[in-house]
Amino acid sequence: MKINKELLLKIAHLARLDFDEKTAGDMEADMTRILDWVEKLNELDTEGVEPLTTMSHEVNVTREDVVRTHLSHERALKNAPEKDTDFFRVPKVLE
Amino acid sequence: MKPYLSLSSIQNDLNEGRITCVGLTNHYLKNIDEKKHLNAFVEVYREEALAKAAEVDARISDGTAGRLAGMVIGLKDVLSHKDHGLQGASKILDTFQAQFNATAVQRLLDEDAIVIGRNNCDEFAMGSSNENSAFGPVLNDADNQRVPGGSSGGSAVAVQADMCLVSLGSDTGGSVRQPAAFCGILGLKPTYSRISRHGLIAYGSSFDCIGIFSKTVEDMALVLEIAAGPDEFDSTVSASPVPSYSGSLEKLKGKKYRIACIRETIHTDGLQEEIREATRNTIENLKKNGHEVHEVDFPLLEYLLPTYYILTTAEASSNLSRYDGVKYGYRSPDSGTLETMYKNTRTEGFGEEVKRRIMLGTFVLSASYYDAYYTKAQKARRIIRDRTKKILEEYDFIVLPVTPTTAFQLGAHSADPVEMYLADLFTVQANVTGLPAVSIPNGSDREGLPIGFQVIANDFEEERLLAFSKEIMELE
Repeated sequence: MKINKELLLKIAHLARLDFDEKTAGDMEADMTRILDWVEKLNELDTEGVEPLTTMSHEVNVTREDVVRTHLSHERALKNAPEKDTDFFRVPKVLE
Repeated sequence: MKPYLSLSSIQNDLNEGRITCVGLTNHYLKNIDEKKHLNAFVEVYREEALAKAAEVDARISDGTAGRLAGMVIGLKDVLSHKDHGLQGASKILDTFQAQFNATAVQRLLDEDAIVIGRNNCDEFAMGSSNENSAFGPVLNDADNQRVPGGSSGGSAVAVQADMCLVSLGSDTGGSVRQPAAFCGILGLKPTYSRISRHGLIAYGSSFDCIGIFSKTVEDMALVLEIAAGPDEFDSTVSASPVPSYSGSLEKLKGKKYRIACIRETIHTDGLQEEIREATRNTIENLKKNGHEVHEVDFPLLEYLLPTYYILTTAEASSNLSRYDGVKYGYRSPDSGTLETMYKNTRTEGFGEEVKRRIMLGTFVLSASYYDAYYTKAQKARRIIRDRTKKILEEYDFIVLPVTPTTAFQLGAHSADPVEMYLADLFTVQANVTGLPAVSIPNGSDREGLPIGFQVIANDFEEERLLAFSKEIMELE
């Protein structure tokens, strides 16, 4: 699978990453190389095989639906790069 | 002070009054200072460790000390330790302080383990050489020109170089066993879900396991039995009872096993000759000890890494979407709009390998390619698991090398990501299948670089796995 510039930029946007002229070329080459390598899997006949979607041996582990405080307001805000007394602050979203 | 290999010898000397926890902690701190160039620690908790050591000394005098009294440990920088720095060796978690203790960490602290610091690793546990760290590479104490392996390189070197007795790492594709092999110590990846993942920074959630580095099987068994078991904070963790692994080591002694050796791993061209010889020698010695060893075919070997990389990068792209500069960690100063804040924060905060994996994962999960890559790999995962489990219906263990080569030179595989990925060829099988596996020191090559021997057991068979590991440790 050849990753071209257009596809790279589309994936980068989905992943919320940016690549400039130089880094885009390297990433295109690396992704193409790695995808060619993982495509080895196409040799493997998987017809009729159910995908394995969970590795846990537990089924439907639930707990009582009760409200508990896991983190105080103050602690939750402790690591924020920008905050006021009550909230995380981010750049303005609405004009 | 002499280097201690086991907790039991430390506890003997503590009980006889020959040493104190404070003295022992100072011994490790001295080694950390003397071997600072290895870069095994991101942060050292000097004062705090000494204060805790004094507390433990007092409890030993009172007779109220926990089972791990005298055990000084290191924590890989992916394990939550309340009010201590935690950043997965990434710039994007700059200044982050853990909000709570990981369940495994809490359980060790409750038994009086002393945490001496947090260990360097590959960024978000992605790497096989510990060269992908925001804190710089870790060096192997056996040869400073060589890597310690990864991603838990700092944790391995900390035990190798006597900077602590035991350390906790994480193993998603070999990140405990591969560095254990490169550093000449023991490394355990338990069964998936044996130890709660609560408080472990997520990489590939259906693969991630907290693992243990030690110099003796006894310490590994004791730490596992304390750390494992049900936890209300992890709904995937196993509810199956946790046996007394340490108590079973003697009980299971002398048992004879049926062992499978995977033909393709021994005969592959890429295997360093000395590793082939060392593996064969150990197998011969096991036969002499009365075990039955047969070569079996595992034609799926070449599909392991592709399956692993598709699934883990997919899971990583999802898990790492939380690092967006909003609630914690690094935020780009260039954050004019919400979207530029996300993009600049992530572009500046993540290293190259992490970006590569996020991009691949985003690609394989994208609408047009999901079935061709992601679903395909999930199907392959079932085939690989079924085939491996089938071997374990007939045999008690599977044995194979841990790594294709001994520790390589720093920078040797930096140019081609696929070459680096091949370092995990023999370790990913246990992660793709969820099975427990251990890396056991198995001599060294002509340059004196350590070699590892790997044993894989069936789900939740750590009891037998560890007893068997002890026997291998005692082989001539």
